[in-house]
Amino acid sequence: MSALLEIENVTKRFGGLCAISACNVRVTAGHAHGIIGPNGAGKTTLFNLITGIYQPTEGAIRFRGESIAGLRPSRIANIGIGRTFQNIRLCKQLTVLDNVRIAFDSQLHYAPIEALFRLPRSGRDEQRSIDESLALLGPFGLLGHAHDIAGDLPYGSQRRLEIARALALKPELLLLDEPAAGMNTGETAALTEFLRWVRAEFKVTLVLIEHHMHLVMNLCDRITVLDFGQTIADGTPEEIRANPRVIDAYLGGSEDEQA
Amino acid sequence: MLHDLLYLAQQTINALQQGSIYALIALGYSMVYGVLTMINFAHGDLFMLGAFACMLLAGVVTPLLTAVPPILVFILILLMVMAVIGFLGAFIERVAYRPLRGAPRVSAIITALGCGLLIESLTLVIFPYSQSIPPLLANRTFELMKVADPAGAGAPLTLTITALQILIIRVAIVLMVALDFLIRKTRYGMAMRAISFDARTVPLMGIPVDRIISMTFLIGAGLGGAAGMLYGLAYPVIAPSMGILVGWKAFIAAVVGGIGSIRGAVLGGFILGAVEVLAVVFFESTYRDLISYSLLLVILIFKPYGLLGSAPNQKV
Amino acid sequence: MKAFLASAARARWPLPALIALGFAIAILSQYQPIFSGYAQIVLITIGINIILCASLNLVNGYMGEFSVGHAGFMSLGAYTSAVFTTKWLPDLPALFPVAVVFGGAIAALIGFLLALLSFKTRGDYLAIITLAFLMIVKSTWENIPYVGGPAGLLGVDKMTTLPWTLFWVVITILVIRNLIYSKFGRAIIAIREDEIAANAMGVRVREAKILAFVVSSFFGGVAGALYAHLNFINPKYFDIVKSTEILVMVYLGGISSLGGSILGAIIFTFLLNALEPLGYWRMVILSALLIALMLFRPRGIMGLRELPWFLPRRELFAKGVVPLAPKKT
Repeated sequence: MSALLEIENVTKRFGGLCAISACNVRVTAGHAHGIIGPNGAGKTTLFNLITGIYQPTEGAIRFRGESIAGLRPSRIANIGIGRTFQNIRLCKQLTVLDNVRIAFDSQLHYAPIEALFRLPRSGRDEQRSIDESLALLGPFGLLGHAHDIAGDLPYGSQRRLEIARALALKPELLLLDEPAAGMNTGETAALTEFLRWVRAEFKVTLVLIEHHMHLVMNLCDRITVLDFGQTIADGTPEEIRANPRVIDAYLGGSEDEQA
Repeated sequence: MLHDLLYLAQQTINALQQGSIYALIALGYSMVYGVLTMINFAHGDLFMLGAFACMLLAGVVTPLLTAVPPILVFILILLMVMAVIGFLGAFIERVAYRPLRGAPRVSAIITALGCGLLIESLTLVIFPYSQSIPPLLANRTFELMKVADPAGAGAPLTLTITALQILIIRVAIVLMVALDFLIRKTRYGMAMRAISFDARTVPLMGIPVDRIISMTFLIGAGLGGAAGMLYGLAYPVIAPSMGILVGWKAFIAAVVGGIGSIRGAVLGGFILGAVEVLAVVFFESTYRDLISYSLLLVILIFKPYGLLGSAPNQKV
Repeated sequence: MKAFLASAARARWPLPALIALGFAIAILSQYQPIFSGYAQIVLITIGINIILCASLNLVNGYMGEFSVGHAGFMSLGAYTSAVFTTKWLPDLPALFPVAVVFGGAIAALIGFLLALLSFKTRGDYLAIITLAFLMIVKSTWENIPYVGGPAGLLGVDKMTTLPWTLFWVVITILVIRNLIYSKFGRAIIAIREDEIAANAMGVRVREAKILAFVVSSFFGGVAGALYAHLNFINPKYFDIVKSTEILVMVYLGGISSLGGSILGAIIFTFLLNALEPLGYWRMVILSALLIALMLFRPRGIMGLRELPWFLPRRELFAKGVVPLAPKKT
């Protein structure tokens, strides 16, 4: 089985603080891969390392077998890694449609000079970005809100818009940072189904950070558990559930019942 | 050789005087930035008003207190100027900046520019022509060193410092030390530092943010007013437009030191004073701005957040 | 009447019609005394201010930076174009457009360098860099005897006419509009909204910043070139006060709005001239108005809103100004 994303012995230090230390994660193509761990375990830092916002202090990050450490974030996005953010980062003053169109940046090939003088290719490309964005908004239930200002949407819709925007990149790998944050049990169940659909429809590998055990255990093929920046367990949901170290470090009693 | 050194020493004294004035103004920018992350562009004009307030107060107070030693009159006027300008600064914050605290940051900046313009143009309406400040103290010149001209022809060179220069430097240092004490050792200072550190959580801890911000403007503007008075005594011809250039320069000094950092503002002020004075020593005087700004640009390119400042941390 | 205005605001014909009418009047005014000399100068000044305002809006409004160096780009355009027409190729009025483009190009070149600095720094720190840039440019002119030093450059022919000004206003608005409603414009706006998110969406942030600075400074230079061939130029004119004036116009009209920039430039220039008889009171009234406006309308007159005329037809649909036609069969 081929690994789409490999994180090998990655360490990230901020000054004296070691946010990630010798962390290892292997994400298999086509999987949904859960990353769990207590608050402050370094999960979001790991995402920021993968997407190039931070540079690893040590270690290698490989995507489709090629090293991506040191590339600019926009470059990493364009080779096929989309992401969402824990605290939603939309362009809040732009319309829903324009938010999605932003992610088409690298798929529209006209040059600045064509833009300045509105040469034909720029118009064709732009029309394509509108059509494709609208097509993308449909399944997310946002088509009717295409012209609404993104910041005015309810929280749940903003989360969905962020996923739609990331998918507009046509990524092979989609990183979701707490997609179910703030959702109740019913909504989380619906999200689980939705993400299953996303994975099948867009043929995308998912990596998600999540605290809702129900979602993680139901959706994920494989789970990595982080604690204090280190991988403390890695396996199938069943293995993780049975792993005494995980139960000790993280799941404890109450969370386990949820699952 | 000795001559050049002497000349350099003389210019260093001038640089200290200039630097202490810049530092006092820069403090106001930095303090306000610290608590509100807002650039108070009206600050340069408050500085200018300090000089005018000094002129007006001197005209009223000096004739009344002929029996009092001039140094006490000076201190009295200084305190009055600081109080007047300080309250004006706090007043501007109350009526013009506070309503905009939730608005886009740039609206507050433009409002500040507007307040600066308003102050300047109102002053211009009242004083269309340059004014001169009467000397508050007899200005004596102390000769520190004297060297005969080696060529034997010209007059001997001297290293001098005036009583006014000593006074300006001394007042500036006293004010800065007092401020440092206030910020490090008092409850107000602790609250102020807390707000700069995290403006969102501090109100939850029962700290009266509005009052602390008013205090910050009061103190910052007061220091600016004091700087205006000292500047006016050093260069007695004052005009309403003088606030713009000096104000912007002091602002640059605050940024070079690291805006938001109190000690950075002082450092930046003295660096700017030194660079300006020394640029004239080594190059033609018309190159002064060119050299000082180029140097500041270079500092900012390599230390984008100033010498003592730290990068704003952004949570992803 | 109201319905007519509403439909005219959405229709496509009024803008080209207005431009054509403007050119007709402007060209006619060269042969017939339609405007007094004073009125002509005010109109040309309004035009120059529109160019300054729209081009600064690109960096300060759409991209959300706070550049205070626009007068510096203006002076670069003014001096280089004036050197071109007075010293290098004098007495060739036909080359005036070339001189204007040359002035803009030099300004754009320096704008490119400033853009490189904007990669590392932003916000207030970038503002200071632009301020230092402004001061450096100004005192550079003061120290070059070739361009007249502190006294300024004399003997520049008054070649800036009403038609030429209108021509450059139209070009400026058109080009900036085309940029804004392209993927590069979206990238520029995305930088303002959230640079990190923009990066994560594959937006080439550096390219967008360079483009914004280059186009903005180019037209800043063009405005300077037009100014230089109308008034005599003096380094002191292009100082922080001039930059402040442009800032005031931009924020008065409203950020991220070409319509706002035009409105801001017209209102400010008009008031500045209309209040002239008040002497020193003029600035008191103007600054009080500015403060009042900011307190009651912090985003300026048209902040973040645009006149439908300036939106390309495609974007009228995309922005929902005109409802989406049900297509898809």
